Amino acid sequence: MNRINKKMQEDKKLLSLYFTAGYPELNNTVKIIEDLEASGIDMIEIGLPFSDPLADGPTIQNSSTIALKNGMTTNLLFEQLKDIRKTVSIPLIVMGYFNPMLQYGVEAFCKKCAEIGIDGLIMPDLPLAVYQDEYEAIFKKYNLKNIFLITPQTSDERIKQIDEASDAFIYMVSSASVTGSKSGFGDEQTAYFKRIASMQLKNPQIVGFGINNNETFTQATEGAKGAIIGSAFIKHLTENGVNTIKEFVQKIR
Amino acid sequence: MNYNVTEKGYYGTFGGAYIPEMLYPNVENLRQNYLKVMAEPDFKAEFDQLLKDYVGRPSPLYFAKRLSEKYNTKVYLKREDLNHTGAHKVNNTIGQILMAKKLGKKRIIAETGAGQHGVATATVCALMGMDCVVYMGEIDIARQAPNVARMKMLGAEVRPALSGSKTLKDATNEAIRDWINNPVDTHYIIGSAIGPHPYPDMVTRFQSVISEEIKWQLKEKEGRENPDYVVACIGGGSNAAGTYYHFLHEEEVGIIAVEAAGKGINSGESAATSALGKEGVIHGCKTLLMQTNDGQITEPYSISAGLDYPGVGPLHAHLYKTGRGEFYSATDDEAMQSGLELTKLEGIIPAIESSHALAIFKHKTFKPDDVVVLSLSGRGDKDLDNYIKYFNL
Repeated sequence: MNRINKKMQEDKKLLSLYFTAGYPELNNTVKIIEDLEASGIDMIEIGLPFSDPLADGPTIQNSSTIALKNGMTTNLLFEQLKDIRKTVSIPLIVMGYFNPMLQYGVEAFCKKCAEIGIDGLIMPDLPLAVYQDEYEAIFKKYNLKNIFLITPQTSDERIKQIDEASDAFIYMVSSASVTGSKSGFGDEQTAYFKRIASMQLKNPQIVGFGINNNETFTQATEGAKGAIIGSAFIKHLTENGVNTIKEFVQKIR
Repeated sequence: MNYNVTEKGYYGTFGGAYIPEMLYPNVENLRQNYLKVMAEPDFKAEFDQLLKDYVGRPSPLYFAKRLSEKYNTKVYLKREDLNHTGAHKVNNTIGQILMAKKLGKKRIIAETGAGQHGVATATVCALMGMDCVVYMGEIDIARQAPNVARMKMLGAEVRPALSGSKTLKDATNEAIRDWINNPVDTHYIIGSAIGPHPYPDMVTRFQSVISEEIKWQLKEKEGRENPDYVVACIGGGSNAAGTYYHFLHEEEVGIIAVEAAGKGINSGESAATSALGKEGVIHGCKTLLMQTNDGQITEPYSISAGLDYPGVGPLHAHLYKTGRGEFYSATDDEAMQSGLELTKLEGIIPAIESSHALAIFKHKTFKPDDVVVLSLSGRGDKDLDNYIKYFNL
């Protein structure tokens, strides 16, 4: 069974963290992953930096710009991760934008991910229809789960389609925003969380965008299976360095 | 060969809608409605009337006698520079603001490079009383000061894009982010024939008034609707798309595109996408794109802010790949010299973007009886500073 599916069966609220590979230093990737697992994180999203990230706010975009300047590339990331499964057992997801994957070759990219032991991919600008028309068979061949996003504006009908096409979890974007632009949840989000919880989807939902402390984590996971933190973690790394990951995680739960 | 968009939004292998889910409802709403709205009689009537009485269409098709003599061929200039606001951009912004109103949107955002699209958007927002935010690269703000001032006078807020190369592609990223953050009340007026489907097709259709007019104007002047060649400069490619549209399937009409070579195609400072680009995904569509082997988008360069873009519209990528279009590129120097030449020969100061199209005469020899229609996409007022610096005027 894919590690993500197994993780979703655990009887607890999951905490997933996003970080940008190659940031703050080029060779931090493995250390960050190992420290996150040691700190009790359930799942990790490894950001493959892109020059023009449409859905990211300034914090993550800036980390990507620096990572690229540091020299991060797709090949280098795969090289850094080649032995990761000797030390890390939690689910690992690569999150990036579609163009770098397209240039690497979609099948070659998936094959490499499978060799390393990556469990899933999040490609925000690879839409459902294109995935289904052109790439679903490749993802399945390599047992890679494709994670789709939904937002408060996504219609019930489309959520059902996405649920049907998914086999891991649904990435529930908390509000209409890019990453890191809002914090705290108001009535609108609460209503959205309830609406989704009441839809009885077959896939669990993990909430992302806007989670940065224990309070927002608790709010986000009332009806959902877990939550993802990105910008707040990048900010923490920027301000405190890579030797303080445990402290950050302890503040969340 | 079909050069029109398919139902899924593709021109051959290019196009589509590669967008994050956050943009899906807006883009899908547009996709389902744009053709319907454009076909509504009251929409058409308002669009046509504004083009006529507000923009000043039809724009003249001017026989450039002295330029023709110099290059020993028959050159007609399609005078988009005479449009209100000074370029072809307004054809599209009038169409899109009417579209936005029909879709119930209250706020407009746009990106701009040279500032022509920003001015055209700010203008129609003033006309319709709608809020307007224009994203513009910090570098472009510095080199296009008159257009920044115009946008402000028109009531638009000009927000600098500070990321990346601080030019058009980054302004586009910022505008897309704004749209993600404001999905309900905002319409994004994209200024070029790029972006997720249906934008390239919608923009092309609004701009196709150019080729529609060329047909009947040429019939009056030459007794035939089809020229031997149509020539346009290409950044994203909206003036080119509008210039080519009604000739795409007229095989006897040669389609010529001129891109910005900057300091030379292989200088590392260029925006010649067809020569330097590979298939990739940018700003919501699959197209030709200047990028590294790793799929990171390359920062383009051109003296012309309007052509300083690493991609090209998917229609143009298709024209290039199929060989339907002949693609050339002109250096900064060739463009500037061609702009000055037109000024001296015909008394018309062209936008530096259009000067690139004029540089075709340095690359291709036409026959004496060829009829060459060249889109003079904009006027050079906004570029005076650049001309002054370049020629030490």
